[in-house]
Amino acid sequence: MMKLYIKSTACISAQKTFGDVPFLTDAHTYTKPRLDAIEPDYKPYLDPKLSRRMSRVIKMGVAAAKEALNQSGVTMPDAIITGTAYGCVEDTTVFLTRIIEQEEEMLPPTAFIQSTHNTVAAQIALMLQCHAYNNTFVHKSFSFESALMDAAMLFAEQEASTILVGGIDEITDTNYAIFDRFDTYKKGDFTNTELYATNSPGTIAGEGAAFFVLSNESSGSDIASIDAFQTVYKPANIEEAVLSFLTAHDLQLDNIDLVISGKNGDTPSDVAIDELEKGLFKNNPLIHYKHLCGEYPTASSFALWLASNIVKTGAVPAALAENKVTNSQIKRVLICTHYQNKYWSLMLVSAC
Amino acid sequence: MSSPVYVAGLGVISAIGNNVAENLAALKSGKAGMADITYLQTRYKHEIPAAEVKFNNSQLAAMAGFPEHISRTALLSSIAAKEALEDSAIKNIGGLRIGFISANTVGGMDKSEHFYEDFLKDNQRGDLLDVVNHGCGNITELVADQLEINSYVTTISTACSSSANAIFFGARLIRAGILDAVVAGGTDAFTRFTLNGFNTLMILDRKFCKPFDENREGLNLGEGAGYVVLVSDKIAKQLDKELYGKLSGYDNSNDAYHQTATSPEGDGPYMAMQGALKRAGLQPSDIGYINLHGTGTPNNDQSEGTAVMRLFDGNYPPMSSTKSFTGHTLGASGGIEAVFSLLALKHGLVFPNLRFETQMKELPFSPQTELLTDQPINHVLSNSFGFGGNCSSLIFSKA
Repeated sequence: MMKLYIKSTACISAQKTFGDVPFLTDAHTYTKPRLDAIEPDYKPYLDPKLSRRMSRVIKMGVAAAKEALNQSGVTMPDAIITGTAYGCVEDTTVFLTRIIEQEEEMLPPTAFIQSTHNTVAAQIALMLQCHAYNNTFVHKSFSFESALMDAAMLFAEQEASTILVGGIDEITDTNYAIFDRFDTYKKGDFTNTELYATNSPGTIAGEGAAFFVLSNESSGSDIASIDAFQTVYKPANIEEAVLSFLTAHDLQLDNIDLVISGKNGDTPSDVAIDELEKGLFKNNPLIHYKHLCGEYPTASSFALWLASNIVKTGAVPAALAENKVTNSQIKRVLICTHYQNKYWSLMLVSAC
Repeated sequence: MSSPVYVAGLGVISAIGNNVAENLAALKSGKAGMADITYLQTRYKHEIPAAEVKFNNSQLAAMAGFPEHISRTALLSSIAAKEALEDSAIKNIGGLRIGFISANTVGGMDKSEHFYEDFLKDNQRGDLLDVVNHGCGNITELVADQLEINSYVTTISTACSSSANAIFFGARLIRAGILDAVVAGGTDAFTRFTLNGFNTLMILDRKFCKPFDENREGLNLGEGAGYVVLVSDKIAKQLDKELYGKLSGYDNSNDAYHQTATSPEGDGPYMAMQGALKRAGLQPSDIGYINLHGTGTPNNDQSEGTAVMRLFDGNYPPMSSTKSFTGHTLGASGGIEAVFSLLALKHGLVFPNLRFETQMKELPFSPQTELLTDQPINHVLSNSFGFGGNCSSLIFSKA
């Protein structure tokens, strides 16, 4: 695979990550196992009339996309590709509720119209008047990675020179309540900064939108490059999978300046990543990220935003530094993240 | 385009049949699948017709080899994907990297809407088994696991163009050398969610739909699944069987006009068809049959018709909307219609556009109303357009 250059990135998350803010200088603390995104003022990005009719996930997605485009100076990408596991949950729930409560009569169409999974990508195209390739992947925790794969292939096919790619998912009262019944989250009050110290089942809910303007050619001012990425479904041996991923790109763990681990605090499903941290990665500086953004299927897009900014600045922000992280220049990052120990995602991110 | 990607297997289930042979027989005999709603529980049972697959979930589960509680979307997917896989015989070749690229728009909504009735009364109620596979990706994963396909698995959801995009994403994975073979297409079950959604948009015909007719009054919803098995040039040579054709062109363009309506000039549809022709290296005059998106809504047929008029400019090949048989199967339609397009190509057929009476005033052509046989068809164009301006076209050509 050829390198994908990240010209710009914008991220709305449970932390102050959007707009002209310092890079994670202080982490926002949450005392419940649900991390809602800190939403920006949407006025610079959305017509207030449009905005009022849009659900949060659409607003977050469109604003992050537009901000990423603004920063890159790209006005018309050659493709728009999104990944979202759950799509427009709020609109879906609103419409479903009305079907039941109003017994299928006198339903307003807006929620249905905006409930389709491709709504965010479609709204971006509509606002930009962009007729180019437009696709949406909805494959659980591989949704964002599938979008990246699509982008990488479009570059290889010489169909595009700049592509907008994003990962978006929202948490709503309804899906939180349902996931909670599956014991997906920690019970009771819970402080996110304690996520890795507890020895209990369940993780913390998160949401967000992270967009990237990618190019197949270096511009000289790119913030980072994605050198390789790979998904591994139900790995028989994740350690071997990580090693063969590195070997395939002529790398050893010594060449990795920082590992970003996707440990999520759910003790049973963290077993395999714990073993990697204690074994394979024991000599590597390593940080976690899910206590900041929460766990959600497209959280790897937050990890990519984080990795890009770390190699851009060369250092781990203070709010994230854990043991073994030195201040030496960080040029190459390995993201190793999992969802339910079933979906593993590996990405190599380098400074440009 | 670089190395060709061939179609080695087909699988389909729809209101007009459980497999390729039954669908082909119905298409040839002009037997449509619409009827009074029978299986879905809705207040519109006797008011709005639909093209349901004529089996209950228990019967479909037995055919699919799944437990009965599994979403109908997955049951339909499993039946069609298995047929395509077996037809292709690719599993007889060992060591292949096989992918499953499946599209859908409703996921496990058929079960979720049942769950949600109880959940709304009390959020501790509702059978969790009914929501565990709500996500679109869950449907794909259930079937991929059942088929033991794991080299690359993903799900696309771009409304009604979903499975056309899944098919050419699959082809690109083969071309990129990532996979040797792909089962690609899509599935969607008929649900109260989509029935009510389209009903609020006032685009459902209370009678059987009449695509491309001057007096058309909307679409009929349908359900089903359709898959093709795509293989690389190398695998095609190893298979001891006649191939259905090759995917020679494709395009995904966005109309960028409105969330649910297509532009009156048909810009998105025009760009999709033109892009597919360009990638295939073909001229409009090379197309022997157009399988239209042809939903039967005033907006789609006007927009698509205008785009066909602009692109084909006086030389119109035979065309028809097979949604006059299957209804609009949403995320499955691109897959089902790809199967029909390949059958048209292989057997030299043009399927009729049922119930057409009056030519649209704004168009200089009308669709084919009778079955045509022994046609010299070398290239078939298949259109799929959706909400969000997502417009995709595929071209299948003789191998």
